[in-house]
Amino acid sequence: MTRIIVGPFNRVEGDLEVTLEVRDGRVAEAWAGSPLYRGFEQILRGKHPMDALMFAPRICGICSVSQSMAAASVLADAMGLTAAPNGRITRNLAHAVENIADHFTHFYLFFMPDFARAEYAGRAWHGPAAERFRAVRGSAAAYVLPVRAAFLTAMGTLVGKWPHSLAIQPGGVARALEASEKIRLFGLLRDFRRHLETVLFGDALEAVAALGSEAALARWAAEKPRGDFGAFLGIADDLNLDKLGRGVGRFMSYGGYPQEAGLLLPRGIWNGGLHALDEQAIAEDVSHAWLDGETRHPAQGVTRPQDEKAEGYTWCKAPRLAGLPMETGALARQVVAGHPLARNLAARGGDVKSRVVARLLEIALILPEMEKWVRQLVPGEPFCAQGEMPGTAAGAGLVEAARGALGHWISVADGRIANYQIISPTTWNFSPRDTDGMPGPLEQALVGAPAGEGDVAVQHVVRSFDPCMVCTVH
Amino acid sequence: MDDRDLSVLWLQSAGCGGCSISLLCSEARDLHASLDSAGVRVLWHPGLSEESGDEARLILERCASGEIPLGALCVEGALLRGPRGTGRFHRHAGTGVVMTEWVRKLAGMARYTLAVGSCAAWGGVASAGENVTDACGLQFEGDQPGGLLGAGWKSRGGLPVINIAGCPCHPDWVTETLTALALGAFGARDLDPLNRPRFFADHLVHHGCTRNEYYEFKASAHKPSDLGCLMENMGCKGTQAHADCNARLWNGSGSCARGGAPCISCTEPGFEEPGHPFHETPKLAGIPIGLPTDMPKAWFVALAALSKSATPKRVRENAVADHQVVVPPVKKTGLK
Repeated sequence: MTRIIVGPFNRVEGDLEVTLEVRDGRVAEAWAGSPLYRGFEQILRGKHPMDALMFAPRICGICSVSQSMAAASVLADAMGLTAAPNGRITRNLAHAVENIADHFTHFYLFFMPDFARAEYAGRAWHGPAAERFRAVRGSAAAYVLPVRAAFLTAMGTLVGKWPHSLAIQPGGVARALEASEKIRLFGLLRDFRRHLETVLFGDALEAVAALGSEAALARWAAEKPRGDFGAFLGIADDLNLDKLGRGVGRFMSYGGYPQEAGLLLPRGIWNGGLHALDEQAIAEDVSHAWLDGETRHPAQGVTRPQDEKAEGYTWCKAPRLAGLPMETGALARQVVAGHPLARNLAARGGDVKSRVVARLLEIALILPEMEKWVRQLVPGEPFCAQGEMPGTAAGAGLVEAARGALGHWISVADGRIANYQIISPTTWNFSPRDTDGMPGPLEQALVGAPAGEGDVAVQHVVRSFDPCMVCTVH
Repeated sequence: MDDRDLSVLWLQSAGCGGCSISLLCSEARDLHASLDSAGVRVLWHPGLSEESGDEARLILERCASGEIPLGALCVEGALLRGPRGTGRFHRHAGTGVVMTEWVRKLAGMARYTLAVGSCAAWGGVASAGENVTDACGLQFEGDQPGGLLGAGWKSRGGLPVINIAGCPCHPDWVTETLTALALGAFGARDLDPLNRPRFFADHLVHHGCTRNEYYEFKASAHKPSDLGCLMENMGCKGTQAHADCNARLWNGSGSCARGGAPCISCTEPGFEEPGHPFHETPKLAGIPIGLPTDMPKAWFVALAALSKSATPKRVRENAVADHQVVVPPVKKTGLK
């Protein structure tokens, strides 16, 4: 039995260190460590509530719009404000651009490069995979970067700049779009669709979105060459990625993309059956974090660093829903939303292959929605509803970032922020153990993974969650 | 690697990764290829390179020992000295060593050291509030020289830390600085008094702002989404902030002001604690405190009064609307 520390993890956002106990070449136990603390929750105390709109996006450079959306939502909740329809649509568009760009970037730049590694030199697919997906020098990187940058020019139009836009407001957005910009956005979405349909999927987005089961997915992939997604599915079969990184089997989604009538993606939890999400059952445990305090609901949460705590091994708190760890992300979102392929995949409890498939499925599902949203914009009508923050107020802002459930909780007293708590998706997924000693989702997913000399399996499991460590520890 | 190439090691200290993510938005060309053509060779970047774990640690160690000659060390994110001077708020994953120690060592070996973003330059957002983590920049703490490396520190190439400030910084500011260094075309004279590259810091955000007609007539926005100038009421510091955001533009055609948001002067030291809410302009007797840097107050007040009295109806009414309610008239002027 040996104990090894794996890190720094490349191609994940932020710092991650995983400690593994290895028995007979397989992971027996794992501990996920986040060795960075910045203290945003402490920074926000005492600030003007609206200042959250400046600080929150800066929690994370990769999902800054999601952080802005959570801040705008928590402020709107505290103000009792409903966004102007144009503003709601524009925020959805900016949020979807970020989420889709994240999935796209993760697939090409973070996840796939592992298959180019020398450890896989004996595999039939290795040559083409290395040429295509090798980090920095692969043909995919050269193709993807300009395509990605062009898609993200939508952010310049929608919210001024990205990352760290200041345009997202509780009542909508700070700038109304003009008719010509609506046309430009439509063109940008159509350009990106063309790239996706010719290079990533080799098929219409609607055809991918309509795949109803894992068997249908396999038949579709076998029909003809299916682009880079097809290449992944072939590799996943050969490496049995459907048996790697088995999750906790409990999925949670805060729901996303508010429409005129309710959320496009519903809120809920799935553990083999669908249940309503009880927000009051959320709590953060700090027993194994370098933090003081006891388990609390985030509305009453405290954040006090305590670096000399012997049982601590991370700056990440352990969020639990009714005492249990939950997996969050694209797979969780689509499972809760009832997509048949996602439900079929998740029957195994979540794994490396399912997480990657769910992200790409989500690209195919959401881009056509965005095209509809652009058509719904009405230049000339208001883009921002105005409101006042009461001197005393409280609120919750629950949104879905690319990586899953993101929540902000605020309390305002005497016109200032009295408390601000954040639980990001990776805090859920990369949570440490809790008071009962129960490991977090990644810690459980790593158990059983091959971890001998030259094994890349641990890297696949970690990256299948697309972690964002700076968000985790904020 | 060609001897003349600039080798680059990139570290992420206490930041949000936003400057790296912004760099990936470098437009029109393939980022990797354009750096490569310019002779910039990335040895390791935590977000992009293949090497992980032991292999990555080995690259860092070989750079620190001098075995791999290091052209430029890029540091993104603030340096955390806490708690109690230990630096333990940020250990570099997998190495057991705190990031401040890695940065000191590697900066000592690099020909040039670059602070990428306002966190690495001044401490930035990480140093806001009570600064519980004791965050600072590489060579500044707010606007005070010093920081992690000390006020008098110079790299082996004879330059202080090059502060590519901004939150995040524009991708071009990074690629152009690295390219200029690789070309041997960047020296002390190319830095402004805060050691920012002058090619972007010798401009003001105000330059090229699409709201300049509103500024000229002091036709001001009063609420988010109004078209008017954001300086008088909405906290905009574009007339004082050093950067070319409205001339160079972001993500195709954007900027903070074009997105309807005030410039929060994110390239300036201490921007994270302005002493007032970001969306409000502090005023004394109804006059904004933060007037354009090189304009005497009396002149500003006199000109503002005059221009307000001369504001065309079109500009006055559009300033407080979210779209043009009065459009420029089509009129025969005799001009062709």
